[in-house]
Amino acid sequence: MKTRTLIPLVILCMLSSILYAQNTVSPVAEMATGLRSSGKIYVVVACITVIFTGIVWYLISLEKRVKKLEKKSKPK
Amino acid sequence: MKYSWWKILSVVLIFYSLIVGFLSPVPALPILHESIRNLYYHVPMWFAMIIIFLVSVVYSIRYLRTGKHEYDIKAVESVNVGVMFGILGLITGMIWANYTWGEPWSNDPKQNSAAIAMLLYFAYLILRNSIDEEQKRAKISAVYNVFAFPLMIVLLFILPRLTDSLHPGNGGNPGFNSYDLDNRMRPVFYAACLGWILMSAWLMQLRYRLRKLENEDNN
Repeated sequence: MKTRTLIPLVILCMLSSILYAQNTVSPVAEMATGLRSSGKIYVVVACITVIFTGIVWYLISLEKRVKKLEKKSKPK
Repeated sequence: MKYSWWKILSVVLIFYSLIVGFLSPVPALPILHESIRNLYYHVPMWFAMIIIFLVSVVYSIRYLRTGKHEYDIKAVESVNVGVMFGILGLITGMIWANYTWGEPWSNDPKQNSAAIAMLLYFAYLILRNSIDEEQKRAKISAVYNVFAFPLMIVLLFILPRLTDSLHPGNGGNPGFNSYDLDNRMRPVFYAACLGWILMSAWLMQLRYRLRKLENEDNN
């Protein structure tokens, strides 16, 4: 329905901010360009994505348990 | 519908801040270097805490006006979630400070004020624990909450600005606005804040539903 198309559309719009990396200026301070050029930054991103996926999984499992208990106590 | 749109939105926004937060370009600043990205993780903890404490004080006031027990439960569970975010904010701030300011605790006014604000809400929880009778506990803690919230606001936003501080935006330092926050960091930062605020609401709702079930079980 509406939200089903809206949320992916919003995500696609937000991802466009990665394109700002086109302009590179000589930095005032050293940044982790090594980590970036070697592609290791994706290891960092993968790790935190896995961690957060685990947390969200746990939250959803809690939701299911609570929902089941609520259903049980409702007819009472 | 318990799998609400805002819960899904919160997960999407936080994933966005995690992924794009590390991949998108940020201003290259001395001392901070890449750790400026912690703006997306440390600061939203505090915003989530403030909003959920606001929710808590609203429920406290509603309890005082109506006496409905469920408002009291929502108030205390909001404080529980808020305290968790506050502790996370303090810890992430100490980690960040250790590598940028030289030590995890520099007695910076905002750090001290944040710690005092956390103590205020710990005291709320201890106060609740000390009163056995349900209605008395709810009333007294609701009144305490009404005082604790503005005190927390003053501690976090007003006091640090009146004196020298290491934090951006306080004590004569430029806010993060001047660090090019407009173009590159703003969307990720706002997304992270909103995502974590919605997440705090989800956590509060879960705790509240669990507490309600436990109470029914006990009765």
